[in-house]
Amino acid sequence: MTSTEANNMEDISLHILDLAQNSIAAGASRIEISIQDIPEQDRLGIRIRDNGKGMDQDQVQKASDPFYTTRTTRKVGLGIPLFQASAEATGGHMEILSQKDAGTTVQAVFHSSHIDCLPIGRMEDTMAVLILCNPDVDFVYTHEFCGRQFLLDTCEIRRQLGEVSIADPDVIGWIKDTIRSGLEEIYGGV
Amino acid sequence: MKSLKELEEIKQRTLDSVNLRKSRTGTRIVVGMATCGIAAGARPVLLSFLEEVKKRNLGDVTVSQTGCIGVCRLEPMVEVYRPGEEKVTYVKMTADKVRRIVAEHIVNGHPVTEYTIGAAE
Repeated sequence: MTSTEANNMEDISLHILDLAQNSIAAGASRIEISIQDIPEQDRLGIRIRDNGKGMDQDQVQKASDPFYTTRTTRKVGLGIPLFQASAEATGGHMEILSQKDAGTTVQAVFHSSHIDCLPIGRMEDTMAVLILCNPDVDFVYTHEFCGRQFLLDTCEIRRQLGEVSIADPDVIGWIKDTIRSGLEEIYGGV
Repeated sequence: MKSLKELEEIKQRTLDSVNLRKSRTGTRIVVGMATCGIAAGARPVLLSFLEEVKKRNLGDVTVSQTGCIGVCRLEPMVEVYRPGEEKVTYVKMTADKVRRIVAEHIVNGHPVTEYTIGAAE
């Protein structure tokens, strides 16, 4: 069995949902999720940047080890190694940049023409779950395709909402629709 | 963002019911969202709960996430907390199971025993 066959993450949006959980566990108040889809360069760049508690060099190295975790409920932490395996299966790579008390950036390059490259998947669902379950965290989601960009910034949405919670089911529905139609727009005609 | 006007309308609509949703005495639905849960399909399960809550306008029900519940082979797992009752843990969740749990347990107060961790073990 190859590493990709063992990997249950069906698409990149599920990896992003999983990686953002690490940022939340690290106490981040701001999480920036960026997707750069540049097919003419055969390049799909994914970046998750947070302002959480960060890691020292030793922890950064251990984070790509499938047998390392800070959790106590289960002995194995798989999120980052799975993401790395998905990127490497396309001939791409992943790196972690982190500074203690300043935050962590996890970024990867996928080669999108590779047959093993995962589809991006439903980013509207990933963002809906993240925002619903973490209404106090600022999420900035940018998605670029062929020079066109979609941006969702929950700071702005919250400002607009005033005392209404961003986790209200109708608001989450609106966020999903906004992302879906925003992505259709930047991918339009393809 | 092009549909900010729509957001403003949702805001106005919601302001009437917002006090109801703030209530902390209601039912809590908690979905396990660690790597094991996500890989097993926790995201559509959580969103199905939200969809049902919205459709039925269940103002006092909140949907949230937690980390690894601890039995990865039974993911996706969901815990339901109703005031004054024992926690109920559902395992190997799917969107179909969500609809039944909302109808029978969340709305009518009868846990769907065959989907619980007790039935699986």
